[in-house]
Amino acid sequence: MKPADIQRIAEHELDFQRAYKYRINVCCSSGCVPFGALKVLKAFEDAVKEFGVQRECKVARTGCVGTCSVGPAVVIEPGDYLYQNVTPEKVREIVRDHIVLGLPAKEYLYKNEAYFKKQQRLVLRNAGTIDPHRTEDYISMAGYFALSKCLVTMAPRDVIEEVTASGLRGRGGAGFPTGQKWSLVSASHGSPKYIIANLDEGDPGVFANRTLAEADPHAILEGMLIAAYAVGAERGYIYIRAEYPLAIETLQRAIAQARSMSLLGESVLETPFKFDVELRFGAGAFVAGEETAILASVEGRRAMPRPRPPYPANSGLWGKPTLIQNVETLANIPLIVLNGGAWFSRIGTPRCTGTKCFSLTGKINNPGLIEVPMGITLREVVFEIGGGVPEGRTFKAVLVGGPSGGCLPETLLELPIDYDSLTKVGAIMGSGGIVVIDDESCMVDTAKFFTDFCVDESCGKCTPCRAGLARVREVFEEITRGDGKMEDIATLEKSGVYIRDASLCGLGQTAPNPVLTTLRYFKDEYVEHIVEKTCRAGKCFKKEKEA
Amino acid sequence: MLKDDNRYEILENFMKKHEYEESALLEILHKAQELYGYLDKELLMHISQSLSLPSSHVFGVATFYSFFKLKEPGEHVVTACLGTACYVKGVDEIMQAIERQFNLKRGGSTADGKLSLLVTRCIGACAMAPNIVVDEEVIGKATKEIVTEKIKLALGGVKVETS
Repeated sequence: MKPADIQRIAEHELDFQRAYKYRINVCCSSGCVPFGALKVLKAFEDAVKEFGVQRECKVARTGCVGTCSVGPAVVIEPGDYLYQNVTPEKVREIVRDHIVLGLPAKEYLYKNEAYFKKQQRLVLRNAGTIDPHRTEDYISMAGYFALSKCLVTMAPRDVIEEVTASGLRGRGGAGFPTGQKWSLVSASHGSPKYIIANLDEGDPGVFANRTLAEADPHAILEGMLIAAYAVGAERGYIYIRAEYPLAIETLQRAIAQARSMSLLGESVLETPFKFDVELRFGAGAFVAGEETAILASVEGRRAMPRPRPPYPANSGLWGKPTLIQNVETLANIPLIVLNGGAWFSRIGTPRCTGTKCFSLTGKINNPGLIEVPMGITLREVVFEIGGGVPEGRTFKAVLVGGPSGGCLPETLLELPIDYDSLTKVGAIMGSGGIVVIDDESCMVDTAKFFTDFCVDESCGKCTPCRAGLARVREVFEEITRGDGKMEDIATLEKSGVYIRDASLCGLGQTAPNPVLTTLRYFKDEYVEHIVEKTCRAGKCFKKEKEA
Repeated sequence: MLKDDNRYEILENFMKKHEYEESALLEILHKAQELYGYLDKELLMHISQSLSLPSSHVFGVATFYSFFKLKEPGEHVVTACLGTACYVKGVDEIMQAIERQFNLKRGGSTADGKLSLLVTRCIGACAMAPNIVVDEEVIGKATKEIVTEKIKLALGGVKVETS
């Protein structure tokens, strides 16, 4: 297959799709499958045959639509009618009304339009609309167009310039400028060069990367291919959590198909460019998200970070130059190449361009996977897209950035979401977890929960993180047991600052965030626990009562 | 023990395919756990000898990553998701109820080895929190009543119908 063939496949595939009047997209991602999505898919296939409409109605297995709390979700095109909580029993009725009679089955439709109104889906552009198991489906959405554009008309230098102009920053959490990283790897001597796509997603409460892999695996592969072409790498690894079987299967299938279509291999699209990809499995270590730790893990060792420099751009896997990027970053690349860096730089804010995917969960009416332009406010995300907290409850805090993120109070809801604004108030972008907390949760208990997590996940290499966090946990145990003293607050503050300033890697540097932000914004709850020995949410001091 | 059945040979071929490379250690441990269910001392020693790695190194890696199990799990396994979303939605109370009712501790098994209660950091179905997995079945928006009922059914040998 040559670059020009891509266009031909796309046209052929579009002709094939246009032959159908309707397309039924059944979400079969990890959010919907446990709740019966595969049975729903089968029921649709049976129902279109039963009504004899299989020639005008295509039933497709797709990835995530984003409304994960009302799964199984089904979208019928044209018109994007979204059906919620579909069961095999409802399917016959939906097909009869919508396809045969042409009248959408109103009572089963998802009615919350606000959920999608403020979203902008770039990374998730194909999620829920294409069949991730068919490369042709991806190609029909201008897939691999950017790759062939690079190979035919652009020098590696031009690709890096375009990415630099886009202002794209790494989506793994730290927000390092992507173009700059590529320049460093490109300029680095040493061969071969490697690429690692990070899909480990160690944050509990975050599922954006997994959803992307399940819904649109080729967007990740195309991003990797373009990055490899730009920096001169010839081998790539996708480091993925072993706990994600469906994402693994989807990627393996996509890699095999890409190889057979000469999109991967010794001669990509029959050009001299050579690149291949392998999966490497993580095994549940939060610290493996740190870039030097991921190197150790891919090499088969314990995921323990090491001091930098040398940076992975100069000395990465087996001492060779290595580019490490989160898969969400990579999925943006084809769009930047096709539409230009200038186009991308106009989305979001001037210092934080583009969009960001967030897993929106916790005490909220519409949890799910969302993608919003950078700079949107927390209030818009929590109350407009998320629909606020359930009736009868009051909003208390929003946790941004996972277990080492910050707990922010209502007064900070006007804050725009971007790397710099979040850091200023003590939170982080992290890998994109937003958890809403209501009055049923205790902020002291919440901070203790995250500290427990970070104690477990600390690799133990450096003392501030290993011993410091353990000490912080002890103090929390005393406070929530009823043995707290007022000076504990100062101990927590001081320890938090030491751990933050003295730890080697990102885990230790951010682990005190939940402690420091709850102390900053919810100090009255700490005082209550220490002085009055009461917990307004009724979470603490429980064990003694029961005993 | 190890050589009792063809799993030994499958593992051997897998290591051979990876040329007994140190960098494939995680892949090999994944494979071994997939075949045997958990990684006991004998198995880890065998892997360390095959790859010519110090046993301390292999034990170090196996104990570092939470995905690797070093103890034999019970006949039925309940896995509670302790991700942030599930915690905020009260998974801890459900776990306490399971611990009380079936007389076991998180991370451990009942005395008769019939039931284990494991904890995982996140299964990624956060929008359906709290999530509990009983054997293979994911129970979303779980309550302690539903979960204890499912466990009783599983223990009673009743095949649990996937919803």
